[in-house]
Amino acid sequence: MSEPGHGTESGAEPPGNPDRLYILTGGETRTEAKTHLDLVTLVVSRAEPDPGLQPEHAAVVRMCDFPLSVAEISAYLELPVSTLTPLLTELLSRGKVEARPPVPAAALPDVQLLEAVMHGLQKL
Amino acid sequence: MDYKSSDGYAGPRSEDILPASATAAVKVVIVGGFGVGKTTLVGSVSEIRPLTTEETMTQAGVGVDDLAGIEHKTETTVAMDFGRISINEQLVLYLFGTPGQERFWFLWNGLFEGALGAVVLLDTRRMEVSYDVIGRLEERGVPFVVAVNAFPGAPKYPMAELRTAMDLDDTVPMIDCDARDRSSCRDTLMALMRYLYSLTTVSTEPQ
Ligand SMILES: Nc1nc2c(ncn2[C@@H]2O[C@H](COP(=O)(O)OP(=O)(O)OP(=O)(O)O)[C@@H](O)[C@H]2O)c(=O)[nH]1
Ligand SMILES: [Mg+2]
Repeated sequence: MSEPGHGTESGAEPPGNPDRLYILTGGETRTEAKTHLDLVTLVVSRAEPDPGLQPEHAAVVRMCDFPLSVAEISAYLELPVSTLTPLLTELLSRGKVEARPPVPAAALPDVQLLEAVMHGLQKL
Repeated sequence: MDYKSSDGYAGPRSEDILPASATAAVKVVIVGGFGVGKTTLVGSVSEIRPLTTEETMTQAGVGVDDLAGIEHKTETTVAMDFGRISINEQLVLYLFGTPGQERFWFLWNGLFEGALGAVVLLDTRRMEVSYDVIGRLEERGVPFVVAVNAFPGAPKYPMAELRTAMDLDDTVPMIDCDARDRSSCRDTLMALMRYLYSLTTVSTEPQ
């Protein structure tokens, strides 16, 4: 088994210019396990919006007093998801919000999950 | 009317707020050609007024331009309508309507990742788009049902004929659907869930 965390360090550079990616995503977040944000990841605030936050960041923190999906935040802020994602990533890394990931993707959905959804739909 | 806070950004109306107990979401994608009723279907079953999110794709120029050190980018923006159904205190279902034409398929990576499945809305006046969509879903291994909505003056074909025309597997459910009718849309979503359920139980049966 190879030493963890050093897999690609000395090997050939993988395609896609990793240095450029590194710059785009901001150096300091590189080593963190980045939370993948799906359209339906639910975002919830962990703190009150503080005066130091930029207006859009503050708006997210205020809006997510109760859980809201990434798609809903994008709709209310009228920001494309690709613009919103880095903003949310920053709030996450600063501990201002938390992310509740969607039910994990599986090759086939879980029977209990489907039963719950069917039960919910029946009430419509 | 959206709630506008002092900073000028709208947020959810008080009746559109999810309970704090909402812990996870699932999604279903409604896909079909132009004007087939995607937004109507989402609106018929959604507990919130359908919202719109935008996705952009920036493609950096590749090939000769790169060698010459010239950067050129093209940006495409697509709006997607979506709605929401609270399944219970913890679980939320989101429905995304997305255009089926091939030039919008770049949206599909993020959209279908983790999605339970899809509803293909079929307009019998323009079947080519649905044909391509079905092929693409099959390629990606996304389970789907086909909902046929009846427009006034649209040709009416027997389901078996549509199935043949669409090259559809016998196991894929086909249903009539009026996207304007809530219970019809609910039945369509139910058909998808039952189909998913059948797939699950088939695959876990002992050999
Ligand atoms: N008769 C009938 N009319 C429908 C049905 N579904 C939608 N319509 C009508 O068709 C028109 C288009 O519906 P939309 O829901 O906007 O279609 P869409 O797929 O979202 O359209 P785009 O987003 O523009 O591609 C509207 O005027 C609807 O009222 C249906 O099932 N039956
Ligand atoms: Mg629409």
